[in-house]
Amino acid sequence: MASIRTGYYVREGVSSIFTHGFMSFASVFIIVACLIIMGSFSLLAVNVNKIIGEFENENVILAYVGEGISVEEARALKSDIEAVPNVKSAQFTSREEAMETFISKFDDKTRFENIDASVLRHRFSIYVEDVADMAKTQIYIRDIPGIAKVNANLLIAKGFVTIRNIVSGVSVVLVAVLLIISLFIMSNTIKLATFERREEIAIMKMVGATNAFIRWPFAFEGFILGLLGSLFAFLAQWGLYLVVSEAIINNGTFGSTGFLHTIPFSHVALPLFIVFIAIGFGVGIIGSNTAIRKYLKV
Amino acid sequence: MVHLQDVFKTYPNGSKALKGVSFDLAPGEFAFLVGPSGSGKSTIIRMLIGEVAPTEGAVVVSGFDMARIRAHKLPYLRRKIGVIFQDFRLIDKKTVYENVAFAMRAVGKSTKEIRARVPYVLNLVGLDEKSKSRPPELSGGEQQRVAIARALVNNPGLIIADEPTGNLDPARSLEIHTLLQKINELGTTVLVVTHEKSLVDEMSRRVIAIDGGRIISDRTGGYDSNGEY
Repeated sequence: MASIRTGYYVREGVSSIFTHGFMSFASVFIIVACLIIMGSFSLLAVNVNKIIGEFENENVILAYVGEGISVEEARALKSDIEAVPNVKSAQFTSREEAMETFISKFDDKTRFENIDASVLRHRFSIYVEDVADMAKTQIYIRDIPGIAKVNANLLIAKGFVTIRNIVSGVSVVLVAVLLIISLFIMSNTIKLATFERREEIAIMKMVGATNAFIRWPFAFEGFILGLLGSLFAFLAQWGLYLVVSEAIINNGTFGSTGFLHTIPFSHVALPLFIVFIAIGFGVGIIGSNTAIRKYLKV
Repeated sequence: MVHLQDVFKTYPNGSKALKGVSFDLAPGEFAFLVGPSGSGKSTIIRMLIGEVAPTEGAVVVSGFDMARIRAHKLPYLRRKIGVIFQDFRLIDKKTVYENVAFAMRAVGKSTKEIRARVPYVLNLVGLDEKSKSRPPELSGGEQQRVAIARALVNNPGLIIADEPTGNLDPARSLEIHTLLQKINELGTTVLVVTHEKSLVDEMSRRVIAIDGGRIISDRTGGYDSNGEY
């Protein structure tokens, strides 16, 4: 009996989608629209955070080693530097390597033939865990014996921290607001679809249908519409993301510098898919159930 | 089948719809319930199908005590009653067959049982030729016959018809009443709420008259009300 009933509920749910074609289309369309708006904003926030993170990583502390220290002694300072809190890694560059890198930037290398590498110092490029603590880290490194000078662009670091905090705060608030608005619009669309069928529900009650019998086809219908909406939204979001990424890469101003780039869609596809399916599924089932609840009280 | 004893109903707004109504309907009986608008007829019908509970008194329908019935038991009561309304209440997007089958499906009958029963009932109401039509393609009389088929299909012990011919011309009206009488002859208890005095007099059955929330007459053969119900 249970399997006969389940088959009936699914059949009724599916046939109802076609019988009430316009409202089904409207429900799916609203789900797709809301998910794309929310998804686009989330992806934008994720990308902005990623780019800021990369900029932060580029913002290294440069620590110059004292003049009288040999290359071996200088190299040995690496462990002292990496022991400083907030230091992620330290990369040693000898004065000879620094000179080579410097010369390689010029086409006419003969101009530097008579310049000795001793004009430069051995140095460490130090990457930090959190740029917000860069000032403190800089002081610790300066205090290490053998380190003569430390350069850190604290103003830029502070700017990155501020931008990151603003972007994170704004994106969390906006996504939360968009999620609430989307749930509201989607559940109202389902309510509208159900309102159209209140007579049908009243007739079912009149002939002796139980609430579960009435509710299940609506739940299956909501589930299918929610699932369809989230699948279409995912595919549309995918396409949109590829188009926008392509446009950024091909953009003359940003694309050529590699300054702006997007996270590959494959890196965000799974979490996005799970969130879309969960929202579509939840809105479909919860929306349809809450929408018919008041018509069941007869 | 139906037992009402000293039934009072006061709505939350203070309006007293029923003031001590008592009557019984025996199994297999046919009765008309007549009365002017606002007399309490609709409250009695709503009470019999479990939409409202009595404020005071006893109401028993097919063994269910309507003063104490729990919400989850209501579907099982409604399966024992077939209800017919003036506005037919059919689902326009379903065919005649589907509208009738739907009532059987709602109570958990199998496809095999539905395939055996629905054609029989449609034949009984004279609509076997129209099983694939949809309600908007039918006349008012035909739509009401679909509603009767739907009310009958689960083989209920009691049929309640609330103004079943209010939207029909006299010829179709007589046709529907004749059909209800035929159903009664097959053993089903029938309670018909109506305004049609000529028809009630013509059919010479039990007539329960109500006015101002009280039974003012209960006798067989008609009701003398100066031509007004």
